[in-house]
Amino acid sequence: MNRVADDLNAALHKLFEADPSAYLLGEDVADPYGGAFKITKGLTTRFPGRVRATPISEAGFTGVACGLALTGNTVIVEIMFADFLFLALDQIVNFAAKSVSMYGRRLPMRLIVRCPTGGRRGYGATHSQSPQKHLIGVPDLAIYELSPLHPAAAVFAEMTAAAIPCLFVEDKSLYGERLPAGDRLDDLFSFDRLGTHARAYADRSLPVDHLVLAPGGMLGRTLAAARRLLLDREENTQIVVPSRLYPLDLDPLLPLLTAAGRVSVVEESTAGGTWGEHVAARINAAVRLRHPVTLVSSADSIIPAAPQLEAQVVAGADTIYAALATGPLA
Amino acid sequence: MAHPAPPLVVARADLAALLFIRHFETALLELFAQGRVAGTTHTCLGQEYIPVALAPLLAGDHVFSNHRGHGHYLARYDDPAGLLAEIMGRAGGVCGGVGGSQHLWRPDYLSTGVQGQSVPVAAGVALHLQQSGRGQLAAAFVGDGTFGEGAVYEGLNLAALWRLPLVLFVENNGIAQSTPTDRQLAGTIAGRAAAFGIAYAGVDTDDVGEIRSAVGPLLAAVRDGGGPLIVEFRTRRLGPHSKGDDSRTPAELAALRSADWYARTRALDPVTFDEIDERQRARMAAVLADVANREPAGQWAGTQWAAA
Repeated sequence: MNRVADDLNAALHKLFEADPSAYLLGEDVADPYGGAFKITKGLTTRFPGRVRATPISEAGFTGVACGLALTGNTVIVEIMFADFLFLALDQIVNFAAKSVSMYGRRLPMRLIVRCPTGGRRGYGATHSQSPQKHLIGVPDLAIYELSPLHPAAAVFAEMTAAAIPCLFVEDKSLYGERLPAGDRLDDLFSFDRLGTHARAYADRSLPVDHLVLAPGGMLGRTLAAARRLLLDREENTQIVVPSRLYPLDLDPLLPLLTAAGRVSVVEESTAGGTWGEHVAARINAAVRLRHPVTLVSSADSIIPAAPQLEAQVVAGADTIYAALATGPLA
Repeated sequence: MAHPAPPLVVARADLAALLFIRHFETALLELFAQGRVAGTTHTCLGQEYIPVALAPLLAGDHVFSNHRGHGHYLARYDDPAGLLAEIMGRAGGVCGGVGGSQHLWRPDYLSTGVQGQSVPVAAGVALHLQQSGRGQLAAAFVGDGTFGEGAVYEGLNLAALWRLPLVLFVENNGIAQSTPTDRQLAGTIAGRAAAFGIAYAGVDTDDVGEIRSAVGPLLAAVRDGGGPLIVEFRTRRLGPHSKGDDSRTPAELAALRSADWYARTRALDPVTFDEIDERQRARMAAVLADVANREPAGQWAGTQWAAA
C-alpha cells in the first residue's frame, strides 16, 4: 500500500530525475536520516550537491534557496516544523514573493517551501501550528496543501510551472495514511474532480445538504463527520478538497455552492483571521447563499501539549459534526 | 583640521566616473529639496570611489546592492538616464518606476531595501555560480549597520561551510542612519570574519588604483575556490542618511569633508580637474533635462492575480 509519505518521497525523486536544475535544502535532510519525517529519504545519495543538509538557519537556507531560484533553478526548501517558517518570512515574503514583480518585470521564482503543519501529535505549542492563515493575501505567494486525493508529483509540477514562490503545507498526521486505490475512499464515500479540486461524496444523485470545503489535512476528520451526518441524520455531505488554498479557484464550485443547503469551511488553524473567513468573503461576493457560511476552526488558543488538552483546542471530527448538526438547513 | 589631507592621484576615466556619481547624487538631493522627486533616496556622497574602484574587477560577476546603491549602479552600467527615470518615476526607468531608488534589477545585478537579506541570497547565487564552474562570484555591498542582522551570519556560515564564491564589500561609513557604529557594533567586523574562518581585508585608502591592486588578487582567490571573503572599506558618508536627516555636528561633517577625495584630487591639478568636473556636471544636467521632460512611467501591470 502506498502511503502519503512514500508518494511525497517518490514525487521528489521524480522531480530531481527530470529537472537537472532542482535543489533541495533543509535541516537533517541527508541520508541515512532522510529528514525528520523521512520525506527526503534517498535524495542525498542519488543527488549529492543538489540536495543539501543545512545548519539550523531557516532564514539563511531559505535565502540561499532564493538566490538559486533567482538564477533559474527549481528549489525546494524543507522547514522541519511549520512553526519555524516565521524565521524565514523575510526571505519568503519580502524577497521571493516581491521579487516576482517589484522590479517592473516578472521574474520567475521556482521556489517551493514545504512545511509539516498541525497538531494531534502532542508536540506542543511551537511544533504544532497551522500557519496558512498568516500567509493569505501575499502577492505572488501561493499556498498549497498536501492532500491524499492529490498525487504529489502533479502538485509539484503545478507549483514549478507557476514560477512563483509556493508554500506547500503538509499536515503531518497525513504522512502515515494510505492513498486511496481508485476512486473509493471507504465503504460509503468516493471521490472525483472539479477542476483541480477533489470532491468526496456518498451519492452524487442526492441533493447536497452540506457542502464542506476542507483542506487535505482535514479530509479524514470531515469524512468522519460526514459519515455520522449521513447515518444519524440522513444528511448528505459533499466535501471539496482544494489543492491550492490561495488563491482559491472558486469558479468550478459555483453551481455546487448555490445548490447546497448549507456551506461550511473547515480548517485546523486557530480562530481569528482564518482561511475560512477569507473563503467565506469570496463566496459571499460571488454567490447568494441560503445561509451564512459556517466556519469551523481550532479554538483561539496556543496548542497545548497534553493530548487531552490538545483535543480541547484542535478541531476534530466531533467539532465539525457539532457545528454542522446545529443550525439551519434549507 | 590637525593634518592636511594628502593629495590624491586619480586616472582621468576614474575621475570622470567619480565626479559623475558626485553630481548625480548632488542633483538628486536638490531635486528632493525642490519637491521634484517622491519617496526617499540614500546618496553615496563620499563613498563614490568604492564602486568605481571595484567595477572593473566585477565585470562578469553578480552584484547585490542595497538602499545606498546609486553609485554601485552608475559605476557598473552606463545608464544614468535609466536610473534617474526610475527614481523620478518617468518613462524609461530601469524597472519601469516600480522598483524606485532601492529596488533595481539587471540580469546580474539586484538591489533590495531590507538590511542583511541579500547576504544569504547572494550565497545562493554563489552556490549556483560554484556549480556552474566558470569562476564567477557573487558580491554583496553591505554597510556597518547591516552587521546587526542575523541573516548576515546565517549566510556567512553557509558560505564558509560550502566554500562559496561570495564576497561582502562592507562600506563602513561609521554611522548607521543616525547611530554611530561604536554604539551598534560590538567587537569588529574583522573579528566576526575570523569567527567564521573567512578571509578578511581592511581598506583604509580611497586611492582607486591602490584598491584595485589590493582587492584584485583577493577576488582571484575566491574565484579559485578559496571560499568567501569580506573586504571592509572604512569610508565616509558626507551626506545625510536620506534627505536632510543628519544628526552629526558641523565639526564632524567638516572633518569628513576635508578628508574627502574631491578636494584632495583637485589640489594636484586644478585645471584638469575643473575641466573634467565641468564636463561631468554638464553631462548630469543633460541627463536631468532629458529625464525631467519624459512622460510619467506608464500603467502598473500589477501582479498576476490582481490583474486577473
